[in-house]
Amino acid sequence: MAPIAIDGVRKVYPGPVEAIPNLSLEIADGELCVLVGPSGCGKSTLLRMVAGLEEITGGEIRIGGRRVNDLEPAERDIAMVFQNYALYPHMTVYDNMAYGLRNRGVPKAEIRALVDEAAGILGLSALLARKPRQLSGGQRQRVAMGRAIVRKPQVFLFDEPLSNLDAKLRSQMRVEIKRLQRRLATTSLYVTHDQVEAMTLGDRLLIMNHGIAEQVGTPMDVYHRPATRFVAGFIGSPMMNFLPGRVAGDGRGVHLPGGWLLATAKARGHAGRPVTVGIRPEHLQPAATGTDSDTITLRTELIEVLGADTLVHGRLDGHDDTVIARLPGSLQVAAGDNLPLAAEPGTVHLFDETERAIGHV
Amino acid sequence: MRTKTVTFRHLWLPYLLLAPQLLITAVFFLWPASQAIYYSVLQEDPFGLTTQFVGLENFRRLLADPLYLESFLTTVVFSVLVAGLSMGIALVLAIMADRVIRTALLYRTLLIWPYAVAPAVAGVLWFFLFNPTVGVAAYALDALGHDWNHYVDGTDAMALIVIAAAWRQVSYNFLFFLAGLQAMPRSLTEAAAIDGAGPLKRFLTIQLPLLSPTVFFLMVVNIVYAFFETFGIVHATTAGGPGNDTVILVYKVWRDAFEGLNLGSSAAQSVILIVIVVALTAIQFRTLERRVEY
Repeated sequence: MAPIAIDGVRKVYPGPVEAIPNLSLEIADGELCVLVGPSGCGKSTLLRMVAGLEEITGGEIRIGGRRVNDLEPAERDIAMVFQNYALYPHMTVYDNMAYGLRNRGVPKAEIRALVDEAAGILGLSALLARKPRQLSGGQRQRVAMGRAIVRKPQVFLFDEPLSNLDAKLRSQMRVEIKRLQRRLATTSLYVTHDQVEAMTLGDRLLIMNHGIAEQVGTPMDVYHRPATRFVAGFIGSPMMNFLPGRVAGDGRGVHLPGGWLLATAKARGHAGRPVTVGIRPEHLQPAATGTDSDTITLRTELIEVLGADTLVHGRLDGHDDTVIARLPGSLQVAAGDNLPLAAEPGTVHLFDETERAIGHV
Repeated sequence: MRTKTVTFRHLWLPYLLLAPQLLITAVFFLWPASQAIYYSVLQEDPFGLTTQFVGLENFRRLLADPLYLESFLTTVVFSVLVAGLSMGIALVLAIMADRVIRTALLYRTLLIWPYAVAPAVAGVLWFFLFNPTVGVAAYALDALGHDWNHYVDGTDAMALIVIAAAWRQVSYNFLFFLAGLQAMPRSLTEAAAIDGAGPLKRFLTIQLPLLSPTVFFLMVVNIVYAFFETFGIVHATTAGGPGNDTVILVYKVWRDAFEGLNLGSSAAQSVILIVIVVALTAIQFRTLERRVEY
């Protein structure tokens, strides 16, 4: 059990390519922190630096207060679950799990006890004599987990551990990982590009883009108060609608396409300047009429019926991009209808020209 | 490996497509092999005027001939040394090449060149390097206190043909080892590193066991090579000498037939060699199907 401190870490690959310019993050003891971002954002690089598989160009990483920059992976007291599981194909499940313990000179009887305990936790007891190729995807995943927990390390590192599984198994293993991490209370760093995984697993999320930490926060934080336009667009499905707006000269509202005026004083500092307004599809609701200045009229083009919800795709006057609204499934709507919509109060996000959040209305 | 079933519209087309290969096999293998079997049961008088059927007499004499048994032993020693040396060097080179990222292609290309050198040329090359009077390597060994002379010292002669034969085979083995190493997911060695295994232990417990099918395959290939494809090297360097110290089986076949003019015995030796190569090839085909799955 140990906190992880990532302090001004920098990574430059020969080229030179700066993968991570400067990143800091504190992970509390027992916390599960998810690194999430599009591919190539540097999240795996960061994880591999913590693991000791990549050289740290600058800055410092501490595990349990101990500087680990120059320590070998084996000396960092960590365990890692790889995307392809990296099980040793020529060893049995038992030997896969015992390998790390044997290398550390743990007595035989103790190895037996530790492997049996881990296998019990993961439901692998009946499979200990099998080779990895005789296991299903989910079982292999479990062995990879077993290999990690059997050593009782200070830190777990997960590198997209679920992305090789099918959708059903993935959601099942997601719950198992969460339960296991709670039970063992081991500090964990979890890399994924899947925002659902990130939201459901993480105590906190670090959203990365181009090697930069866009936002660090709880799942609710990043969903309700995205710090940047990138975070707002990355978290949530379907994606947040972005509309170009201009702050009124007196700073008391934002003019939007379709004659919509969003009344707010939060953009006062940006009077007369362009802003981006973001509204999640699930925060658009049917309004009574289409004439008020706080409602928008959507010319519907495509209806996706999901059962509980209906996704309505359409366009606004004076704006070319598609706008999506997630409406209750009970609503009767047909393609071609003009649909008046209003945003729920407190769910509209304003971003300035640098894409930073100004406020949430 | 999955094979696709193709249906031809005309019956003659598949045979036509197979014909060139079948023709080559027939002319260069089936016909000579059948001739060898035919002659192996005959004996000729020294002037080649009469021929007589003797059954298995040629084989019986061979197996009772101490010179032949000695040649067998020489061949075993030679092929084990060639396989061991060429595979050992190739493995070390492959491990080093596997770590190189930038100029990997250049490195690989350079290492493959020796394979393009004909055995006889390779033999001549090493013959000059180790020539007791003008050879650079012999001179260097002399300076180190070893009086190299493969004309009189059987061990030196054996070392010379082993080096010459192994040198050519290193590149072939290297290619297979490198491909085997590169097919291994990097995360396996990374996982082992996290599991506390140092570089040597990682190699011995993870990489080498996973390379074992390659090792076995190459072992068979190298033994086949040392048994059957090294005539040129022996002929160009030691010519079997000194005495009979480097007379390997293929060399003896040639010498008994074309210098000793004992066609029957030579043919019988060829038949024995054919049986050995068929057996080794069968083993090799079996092991080809054993593949590691990651």
